[in-house]
Amino acid sequence: MLNIDVIKRGIVIDHIKVGGAMKIYNYLNLEHLDCSVAIIKNARSNKMGRKDIIKIEGMLDEIDLDILGAIDPNITINIIENGEIIEKKNPRLPEYVENILKCKNPRCITSVEQGIPHSFKLTDKKKGIYRCIYCEQAFDGVPSMVSGTVNKL
Amino acid sequence: MKHIITPTDLTLEELDELLSLSEDIFRDPKKYSDACYRKRLATLFYEPSTRTRLSFEAAMLNLGGSVIGFSSAESSSAAKGESIADTIRVVSSYADICAIRHPKEGAPLVASLHSSIPVINAGDGGHNHPTQTFTDLFTIKQLKGRFEGLTVGFCGDLKFGRTVHSLISALSRYSNIRFILISPDELKVPAYIKDEILDANNIPYEEVRSLEKAIPYLDILYMTRVQKERFFNEEDYIRLKDTYILDSNKMALAKEDMLVLHPLPRVNEISVEVDNDPRAVYFKQAQFGVYVRMALIMMLLRD
Repeated sequence: MLNIDVIKRGIVIDHIKVGGAMKIYNYLNLEHLDCSVAIIKNARSNKMGRKDIIKIEGMLDEIDLDILGAIDPNITINIIENGEIIEKKNPRLPEYVENILKCKNPRCITSVEQGIPHSFKLTDKKKGIYRCIYCEQAFDGVPSMVSGTVNKL
Repeated sequence: MKHIITPTDLTLEELDELLSLSEDIFRDPKKYSDACYRKRLATLFYEPSTRTRLSFEAAMLNLGGSVIGFSSAESSSAAKGESIADTIRVVSSYADICAIRHPKEGAPLVASLHSSIPVINAGDGGHNHPTQTFTDLFTIKQLKGRFEGLTVGFCGDLKFGRTVHSLISALSRYSNIRFILISPDELKVPAYIKDEILDANNIPYEEVRSLEKAIPYLDILYMTRVQKERFFNEEDYIRLKDTYILDSNKMALAKEDMLVLHPLPRVNEISVEVDNDPRAVYFKQAQFGVYVRMALIMMLLRD
């Protein structure tokens, strides 16, 4: 397996579905961070076969990492201090997300009305299904928005 | 202030109140002839509609109120590219309540988020049409006297038919109800209706293709039109539109007290020979729609 330097203090986002790392990289605006970021694509995984990983040196204090649950509910977030994992967490699925997911229903009002947020509600916690609050179509696909917020209803 | 965007925006208690008020209006419409005196309804219809718009307008006029509005996107500022949010902000200062129909799903919700007057969804694409659902419920309540214990058959376009989805959802709130879903494979009820409404509430249902086989078991038969505008491709429409036609021969197989409902407009899915059958109540249903809309307008203006 490809080796990347162990980080002393930072975050490792693990078990990202293959191909999803760049979406998360873009969403978290990691290109603007003044620290080392490693993206490992297509890494071997006992659990998933293949996976993506992002290693970030430094902390993302401003970011609610739970929102990543809406992008990829299976990821694991490891918090690293002094080279050790001090906390391992699986993001919970936010009840409501705004401008994270984009409605792809051509009949939805979001396809024509300017300036309204793309808002989704978690309607099935077990299956992780999000529905557009306007047309109620289930989200199906890869998140394509690059900025957004998470709120509790 | 309350908006009605989906049929479940009314609680069961509010729905009971709506149905009781509708019944009282039905019995004595004159009593309510000034109930909305000096109140104004705006009908914002971004796509053509005959029944729904006229029904809303008749309802408001029956209550002593007045009506303003437009009946197509071309005759509104939408043709100039105005957003729904801007339109409703302006209309809020011209009227006391508004009914909006729009071809895009979720448009009435967007309107309600920017409105300072109650918004009623008068149909948003293939999505919701709550006043049709309230009308369907009132028709069943008036003519059957109950919701509990009924076997309700839905026939035709169960995939795109918004009235079907809404009525299934509304009836699922009552106990001991059972559905028979009659459609070709291409137009079956979407999986999410089965998963999130029927299975989630343990409601028994069957999916069948034959109207003849299902009809003897039904207390209510809800017929729907296979709608051309819901298809992306005309070939599919032509192939499926004549799949289910209700005629006298099929009616002969039904219970004596089965009711035939239809949201109208009817094309050819119910033969005209059925119109004189006392079990065919779809024109009465359209008449009931005015009373239900009167009751809804009154309740929303009161709150």
